[in-house]
Amino acid sequence: MNDISFIQAALAVLFLPLFGFTVTLFFGKRFSKMYLFEVAIISIALAISIYLLFMKLVYFTDAKFVAQIPWINMGDMPGFGKMVIDLGIMIDNVTVIMLFVVCLISALVHYFSIAYMKGDKRYNRYFAYLGIFTFSMLGIVFAHNMLMIYIFWELVGLSSYLLIGFWYEKKSASDASKKAFLVNRVGDIGMLAGILLLFTTYHTFTFDVIFEQIKAGQLPFNSGFWMTVTGILLFCGAIGKSAQFPLHVWLPDAMEGPTPVSALIHAATMVAAGVYLTLRIFPLLTGDALLFIAIIGALSAFIPATIALTQNDIKKVLAYSTISQLGYMTMAIGVGAYSYAFFHLVTHAFFKAGLFLGSGSVIHAMHHEQDIQQMGGLKNKLPITYYTILMYSLAISGIPLTSGFLSKDGILASAYAFGGLTGHQIFAYTGFLVALMTAFYMFRLVFLTFHGEPRNQHKYDHAHESPALMTAPLITLAILSVFAFYTANPFDAGKGWVMSSWIKTPGSVVPEVLRYPFMVEKKTESAENAHEAAIPEQQVNIVHSEEYTEAMHHAHLPAMLLSLLVALAGIGTAYLFYMKKVVDVDKLTSKIKPLYLFSLNKWYFDELYAATFVAFTMGVSKVLAWFDSYIVDGIVNGSASITKYLSNASNLFDKYVVDGLVNFMAIFSGFLGIFVRKFQTGKVQTYIVMVAFSLIVLLFIFI
Amino acid sequence: MNITLNHFLIVSSLLFSFGLYGIVTRKNAVMVLMGIELILNAANINFLAFSRYSNSIDFGQVAALFVIILAAAESAIALAIVLNIYKTFVNINVDEIDKLRE
Repeated sequence: MNDISFIQAALAVLFLPLFGFTVTLFFGKRFSKMYLFEVAIISIALAISIYLLFMKLVYFTDAKFVAQIPWINMGDMPGFGKMVIDLGIMIDNVTVIMLFVVCLISALVHYFSIAYMKGDKRYNRYFAYLGIFTFSMLGIVFAHNMLMIYIFWELVGLSSYLLIGFWYEKKSASDASKKAFLVNRVGDIGMLAGILLLFTTYHTFTFDVIFEQIKAGQLPFNSGFWMTVTGILLFCGAIGKSAQFPLHVWLPDAMEGPTPVSALIHAATMVAAGVYLTLRIFPLLTGDALLFIAIIGALSAFIPATIALTQNDIKKVLAYSTISQLGYMTMAIGVGAYSYAFFHLVTHAFFKAGLFLGSGSVIHAMHHEQDIQQMGGLKNKLPITYYTILMYSLAISGIPLTSGFLSKDGILASAYAFGGLTGHQIFAYTGFLVALMTAFYMFRLVFLTFHGEPRNQHKYDHAHESPALMTAPLITLAILSVFAFYTANPFDAGKGWVMSSWIKTPGSVVPEVLRYPFMVEKKTESAENAHEAAIPEQQVNIVHSEEYTEAMHHAHLPAMLLSLLVALAGIGTAYLFYMKKVVDVDKLTSKIKPLYLFSLNKWYFDELYAATFVAFTMGVSKVLAWFDSYIVDGIVNGSASITKYLSNASNLFDKYVVDGLVNFMAIFSGFLGIFVRKFQTGKVQTYIVMVAFSLIVLLFIFI
Repeated sequence: MNITLNHFLIVSSLLFSFGLYGIVTRKNAVMVLMGIELILNAANINFLAFSRYSNSIDFGQVAALFVIILAAAESAIALAIVLNIYKTFVNINVDEIDKLRE
């Protein structure tokens, strides 16, 4: 396997889902089994992606494959210089891992949907949409420049829109799809501005070239401030797509889509694209930009976690949990833990997709009941679903021996170390607090759904375990939530193969004065210290200075113990509240009613936005509508009536002058005809007289 | 009285005028044919007169002979046409036969 075959395989994986989408969409109406084509296509893509993952990670661990072709060549532009826009594919370890995650979850969701969506009237179209989504998502994964990311970014937005509004007959679904689309646009404006700032400064969209030029000391407008602004603007795209505070409001509403779609798009892959983008631009982020990202991440981790505590819709709980976990990843990037952010992205993708598919299984079993207050006792009815969901819940809560423990622990340790180095301890505290809440609301969900007495006997009696097509993906994802896939040591991922050899933190390229102090590399020291050279990751993790690695090392044990403690505390509290009923939950909520309502109503974000942005937009629209209907329409109508009068005049002229002339000619020739007809008697004798007469006249004239 | 070319021409033109008058005024188709005969004879007189008073005698006489033959053939055909007209219209009054108008 060489460079070329890597690129070819990548292109095959990229375009297979597009092919599946096209064929399924165009022939879906004619052949009712067309969805099988799309399922087959995605299975092939999954097979190739596993092959690529294996080849890349095992045989080409440190290689980076890039292929590009010029797409638009504008030549020399006046006032700009040479302008060439490339299309290209970049394959590194992050790419192939992400590729595998997307293909695997996409394939599992395809299989799951075969059973879940059975009987839907737009069955084939649903699969076609899954195909276009997979294509767009893979485009983001492979892209080697900002412009391609932006193109595919909008494409995933489109597929998300199509799939949230898949049951568009429901008003709430079509509203939710519009909301998701519009809120995402807000973030994308910032992202576009950031991309254009980069393009005007560096005349290219390609990451590597931009990084090289920044390293050479060229900054936007030659100022560090604008470098920070560029980073934050690019991150705006991630705020929108990854549903970070303050643009997180669309994700809970997006749960109106079919549940497998929520698992694929709104839990595992598309919303992680924001984090993926931030990872890709990581080298150009300055210290200030990283701090901003960390603050946004901490807020996004904290606020939705508090909301998730009180929600009763099973999918809403999971949606807020997703935002919270994405906030974790963002915060991890902000505190410089690049590799742990990506690691958490991967582990979270598996267990959160599993949680959504599991909830889909429950909803399917309960005949589309989503309220956990209506469930209870389902443990015996849905054993496979119960045990897999239990596994995922343990993972997301950060219990040892699960994948979630490894990544979450890494993030918390990083945040703790970061706090020690910079004094911003708030991130670590937030992290632990969120971990506590996460464990609590996840096990509240599990206890309310699966344990205790059935609260709706009728629905309970009719509940049934889902078919194998639905349980097999659940089991697969549950297996992937075990620590053994990522590291041999269940308590520390740092020495495992994922963290030590697969995910390498790229070095920061911004000038050293703009970085966090601890990110400044101290070349001389690390070269001198022999014992560091023995540990391979410290040579490549140039972003992590000695100081940071040391702090991480020290932070690891207390962070691990503390996170374990809060996770157990969260689970224990949930157990006491909902299993043992030591505390009467209703009494408690009535005691802290304002807080409870605040959380139940999602911090009134929707109301706040409705009162401010929406109302403001509506007000402006009303003014504009008035301007439109009176001023613009007035001008238009005025010119219309002028035209009308002119055409009336023209009409009269036409009718009486032009037509008159024409009619006159006709009448005149008519009369002439009548006159001449008189000579045509048909009597030969008359003709002869006329001939003779004419002859005489001619004789007189000519002789 | 010395008879000159003019006398011949006057006779022939009178004959021509009578013929024309006959064609135009008569209602009976046979009478019209007779008018045509008169006109042909007027032409014949002209031919012979011009041949007598010019040097080329032969040509005029030949032409006159030709005209006589032509007149015979013409009256044969014309009478056949008249017969046919009579068959069609049961009438040989030229005033009432005005199919040419259509």
